Amino acid sequence: MALLQIAEPGLSAAPHQHRLAVGIDLGTTNSLVATVRSGTATVLPDTQGRSLLPSVVRYLDAGGSVSVGYDAQAEQSRDPANTVVSVKRFMGRGLADLSDTATQPYRFVDAPGMVQLVTRAGVKSPVEVSAEILRTLKARAEESLGGELTGAVITVPAYFDDAQRQATKDAARLAGLNVLRLLNEPTAAAIAYGLDNGVEGVYVVYDLGGGTLDVSVLRLTRGVFEVLSTSGDSALGGDDFDHRVYCWILQEAGLSGISPQDSRLLLTRAREAKEALTEHGETRITVLLSDGQAVDLSMTQATLHDITRTLVEKTLMPVRKALRDARIRPEEVKGVVMVGGATRMPHVQKAVGDFFGQTPLTNLDPDKVVALGAAIQANVLAGNKQTDDWLLLDVIPLSLGIETMGGLTEKIIPRNSTLPIARAQDFTTFKDGQTAMSIHVVQGERELVNDCRSLARFVLSGIPPMVAGAARIRITFQVDADGLLSVSAREQGSGVEASIAVKPSYGLTDDEISRMLTDSLAHVTTDIEARKLREAIVDAESLAEATRNALTSDGDLLAPEERQQVETALAAVATAIARQETRAVNEASAALNRATETFAARRMDRNVQRALKGQNIGNL
Amino acid sequence: MNADFNQDHFALFGLPRRFRLDDAALDTAYRKVASEVHPDRYAHAGDAEKRLALMMATRVNEAYRTLRAPLARARYLLSLAGVDTQEETNTSMPPDFLMAQMEWREAVGDARAARDVGALEEVSANLARERRGYEAELAEALDDRSDTVTAALLVRKLRFLEKLEQEAGDAIEALLF
Repeated sequence: MALLQIAEPGLSAAPHQHRLAVGIDLGTTNSLVATVRSGTATVLPDTQGRSLLPSVVRYLDAGGSVSVGYDAQAEQSRDPANTVVSVKRFMGRGLADLSDTATQPYRFVDAPGMVQLVTRAGVKSPVEVSAEILRTLKARAEESLGGELTGAVITVPAYFDDAQRQATKDAARLAGLNVLRLLNEPTAAAIAYGLDNGVEGVYVVYDLGGGTLDVSVLRLTRGVFEVLSTSGDSALGGDDFDHRVYCWILQEAGLSGISPQDSRLLLTRAREAKEALTEHGETRITVLLSDGQAVDLSMTQATLHDITRTLVEKTLMPVRKALRDARIRPEEVKGVVMVGGATRMPHVQKAVGDFFGQTPLTNLDPDKVVALGAAIQANVLAGNKQTDDWLLLDVIPLSLGIETMGGLTEKIIPRNSTLPIARAQDFTTFKDGQTAMSIHVVQGERELVNDCRSLARFVLSGIPPMVAGAARIRITFQVDADGLLSVSAREQGSGVEASIAVKPSYGLTDDEISRMLTDSLAHVTTDIEARKLREAIVDAESLAEATRNALTSDGDLLAPEERQQVETALAAVATAIARQETRAVNEASAALNRATETFAARRMDRNVQRALKGQNIGNL
Repeated sequence: MNADFNQDHFALFGLPRRFRLDDAALDTAYRKVASEVHPDRYAHAGDAEKRLALMMATRVNEAYRTLRAPLARARYLLSLAGVDTQEETNTSMPPDFLMAQMEWREAVGDARAARDVGALEEVSANLARERRGYEAELAEALDDRSDTVTAALLVRKLRFLEKLEQEAGDAIEALLF
């Protein structure tokens, strides 16, 4: 059923004007870019017809030239220290968060908030490495679509915490992408699957990727995709299966103390063996090590299943947890959608099938479905006309809280709350004359602060001195539709308002992004200033267009003099664009935004009233 | 800001202001309103509209969450009627309720100590049954008799039960995961 056909503000692009928007699946092992063309979501291949881009970045020289994808992958065993694979595992993670640094061929540097890697091109953060992958996909899309992208939806594991999300968004900004939305991978898959098959009811998405596991429970009702709960493990995926096979090879061949090159080679062979055993009962593993030693082993499907049984069982824990949180029994689930390359393994499919008592749905390409769903969402968010009207309601995967006395966590926003959400909590001083208060924001389910992820620490100063317990400090946590947090604090009681907005400590500042952009563009002939102007004009034009459309559809909501103000601001935008000055354009846009605030509120109100009356504007 | 933000949660969804609520009607109204104000609808709009959409969507989610949960709904109805439920301050409870409380608490504690998930599930089920009984009483007190004093006491009782259910749930989770 089409829900409503009210001309949505901002979604009213002229039919002939198709904005170029893409969905990007930034995966641990492979990445993809997809778009909606003539109403159909399709993955964009490279010039050689390959859909997947291996998420591998190799730094070629001190100048920072890179190769990304298959070329880099081919060289990974020869040049392991400068070839970064599975960088997604490092996003938003400190050195202490990583369990397997010893078996990795990289030189890690611990940095505040996030680990960094030493390469021949210098120290690189996972954000910069990921940006190289995104830049490659952006170039592929722009070449294939023949124009500049309006924006992109980037997918993240549903179980990513705020730090990992922020890092992903930073990487996209660094790659010059306008991020329309961070979309949870299982939700993206559900959109692609659900819209394609017109399904209703409760569905579970089991998404086992290269490095992460996500489980989401969704209810699909007449075009609304409502995520009921999500759970997962952001450090469990196909890589771990490879690693088990790798360890088995070491053990069977009696190897120890091997070089990073050999280690990388064996890991590659391990992955190939795992993949071969999806189709075949037995496979051969042959490796010639750098010291001339030859490894020649045979592995059966039964052996693979045996050595990875505990991993498969481990993946069922989040399934149980997600169902419990959603208050759904396994027999109430109408279908189980399998996503991620690792779900090709027969014993994974069997375990999931046994758990739910039904055969999982595998009739879609587990590698592509996430990118396709992201492309569908990007198409909507960019304002292109769509045939199905649908809405996505997603949740926050992990509880947000603050540190209280004794290193304990007090939850402010419980996990699986529907986004966006805001919660305010009042605090007070515990000493007479106290003028400052330190706030520590954490994410996670555990009771002890030290077991949770530290998101931000900030000091609220300037509290007027009062007796203990007299000050009333209200802290507001807002989580937006991307699942990203902002925190603000305000002293209420005294009339003195101290208010701050907090940017989480691991996130990059605009200056850092700007510096990285300059660095990365040093060997490319792109003028940053020109780009800034272009971006400002694109934004201003789309704002002006949306405003004009709104005036056409809802102009009756404005008094003549109010309308005149909006028209004046619109004219100022046109003048500024004609002058081709970034600052003037941005200022005119901001002024137009201010001039349309009341108008926007009235229109939203009208739309809500119409929706409740169930009016279908298309039928009027 | 618009008068919209001063509407009560029931008016926001076009529903009658009472405790007995048609869950399906609430779900439908929520989906309709959420569809209108969700930030996804405004991704391409100006900052003013984006900000407004974020605020409205946040408010709509909060309203839905409040109305969907019986305890929160009762507390909200009482607050609209200007009644403080005194959940933090008023700890006086009928002795038989307190006795039952202690027994529940013991049952949860024993099952947790014995690491008996089955027993915990059973306690949870019993607590849920008890809770539904109080919810039925709340409906009568609020909708049929406008007896806010009894309703406030029932809210405090439900708060106790909710905490116990939470404890049992946490214990089950700790044992399972």
